[in-house]
Amino acid sequence: MEREAKLAGRRGPAGEARGERGTSDRAPEEQGRVSTGPRARRSEAETIERGSWLPWVSTPIVLLLVLAGWTMAVSVFGVSKFILPTPADVGEAVLRMLADPATWGHVLITLTEVALGFLAALAFGLVAGVVLGRAEWLERALRPVLVAVQVVPKVAFIPLFVIWFGFGVTSKIIMAATLAFFPIMLNVMLGVRSVERGHRDVMLGLGARRWPTFRDLELPSTLPYVFAGMEVAVVFSVIGAVVGEFLGGSEGLGYLVVVSLNALDAPQLFAVIFLLAALGCLLYLVVNGAKRFVIPWHESVLAADRP
Amino acid sequence: MSGLSDTARVAGAPAEAGAAELELRDVDKIYKRRRGADTEALRGISLSVRAGEFVSLVGRSGCGKTTLLRILAGLITPTSGDVLIGGSDLWQNGGRDPEALQRFGMVFQEANLFPWFTIEDNIALPLKLRGVDKRRRRARAAELCELVGLSGFEKAYPRELSGGMRQRAAIARALSYDPSILLMDEPFGALDALTRDRMNLELQRISVVTGATVVFVTHSITEAVFLSDRVVLLSPRPGRIRSITPVEFPRPRSLDVETEPGFGEIVRTLRRQLDEEGD
Repeated sequence: MEREAKLAGRRGPAGEARGERGTSDRAPEEQGRVSTGPRARRSEAETIERGSWLPWVSTPIVLLLVLAGWTMAVSVFGVSKFILPTPADVGEAVLRMLADPATWGHVLITLTEVALGFLAALAFGLVAGVVLGRAEWLERALRPVLVAVQVVPKVAFIPLFVIWFGFGVTSKIIMAATLAFFPIMLNVMLGVRSVERGHRDVMLGLGARRWPTFRDLELPSTLPYVFAGMEVAVVFSVIGAVVGEFLGGSEGLGYLVVVSLNALDAPQLFAVIFLLAALGCLLYLVVNGAKRFVIPWHESVLAADRP
Repeated sequence: MSGLSDTARVAGAPAEAGAAELELRDVDKIYKRRRGADTEALRGISLSVRAGEFVSLVGRSGCGKTTLLRILAGLITPTSGDVLIGGSDLWQNGGRDPEALQRFGMVFQEANLFPWFTIEDNIALPLKLRGVDKRRRRARAAELCELVGLSGFEKAYPRELSGGMRQRAAIARALSYDPSILLMDEPFGALDALTRDRMNLELQRISVVTGATVVFVTHSITEAVFLSDRVVLLSPRPGRIRSITPVEFPRPRSLDVETEPGFGEIVRTLRRQLDEEGD
């Protein structure tokens, strides 16, 4: 339905271009649509269709090829199963883990850490980004410090966080938040500053007050940047939580990685990685879905719907 | 709408010669630069525009046309001199007189539509800022879409429209609250010649129907002469008024007017004046 509407909308301009060349000065859109309509619509619809089914076909094919190559590599070159288990072994391990309630406990722990860390980063990132974006002098004053903090590999802080906050979930939440904070803050800062001059002139010319200017101009201008930051940040917060679990504690998927490593259980190691990938994809889809819902008008959303 | 401007004029400056809708008195504008010499953009500009008059500003790039228009709109302050709207000062106690602002509709070089609003919401934005309820905004937007030939595109997003259509939506937005003064800064500069001709006819029709006072900045002398009651030629560095040329053909005009001898004469004279500026 929606795609249909978009199609109709986009047909308009093309139709008009045709109409402008005509001599009549009334409603060239309608004329254009009559003369170019059906054919233009069909070819465009075909292009869109090809664009939309392509990944659904190509992805399984690529996956199958990878799995086949993997199986071949193991059987033909005789790689030790301790180093590279076969896909079948990994699949078995995944199913075994999914059937084990303890796994779900670990998944839930990691998910909680990621979610809380991400939300904390979002809250602090928004505030810091807006403040620094607005007060340029403050940003200039703090720039050296910000750059310094940013270039430090932040995972190096984990031992410190463990000392400060213990081996529980708190240190992991803080780690996830620390990693996710910077992309959000930087994007928000950029977003606050990148309100278009012409758009500002429109509001200024209309004598708009502060609150309407924020509601109708500044907020919607900044939202695409917020979501761009969030899409990066959600991936970062998974990294933060998992690396935190590597180094200390007794729960979470990162901890399962360490346990599997110590047991030299390669199939399980692969299985945990598979679960982490699924978790990451899920979270990314949540953020991306929120973006589609909140800023359906934005190019990144519209472009994704196109081939 | 004309009723509104009439009362305002009576309240504003009684019995001043002609009771100009818009007046600039000895306006200078100097852009201060942090380094190097300051730029004198405008010097001693005095101009008055009658209610319902269509005045064009033409001149070379950098002659201060846009600056002049932005001063009229209150987007920037003049360094010295006065801006009078309906006889009363635009700048009052450090801010722009909100009543004067109500009377402006501004159209820029770019359509400057907000990509997050549909065409309908873009057009009705000024009404939203004035607290008009949603149903009335919808109705007004539909009316204006009809006026500028965008019916059926109310729910489209700006990116789905062509440049000409977007610019028409921008004009509809400027008209949404019945302004008595339209300030237009090269609104058709980015359009191709054919679209431009059509938009000129459309604009002329709208200005005649609404009776609005229009100040129109353009690069094109032909466009200026075709549309205007008077053409103001600015000369650059610093921007001064070089000449004011009346165009006597009755409005509304058809495109055929461009082939009349008197029309060509005016265009030639203006072009010669522009050439004498050198560069």
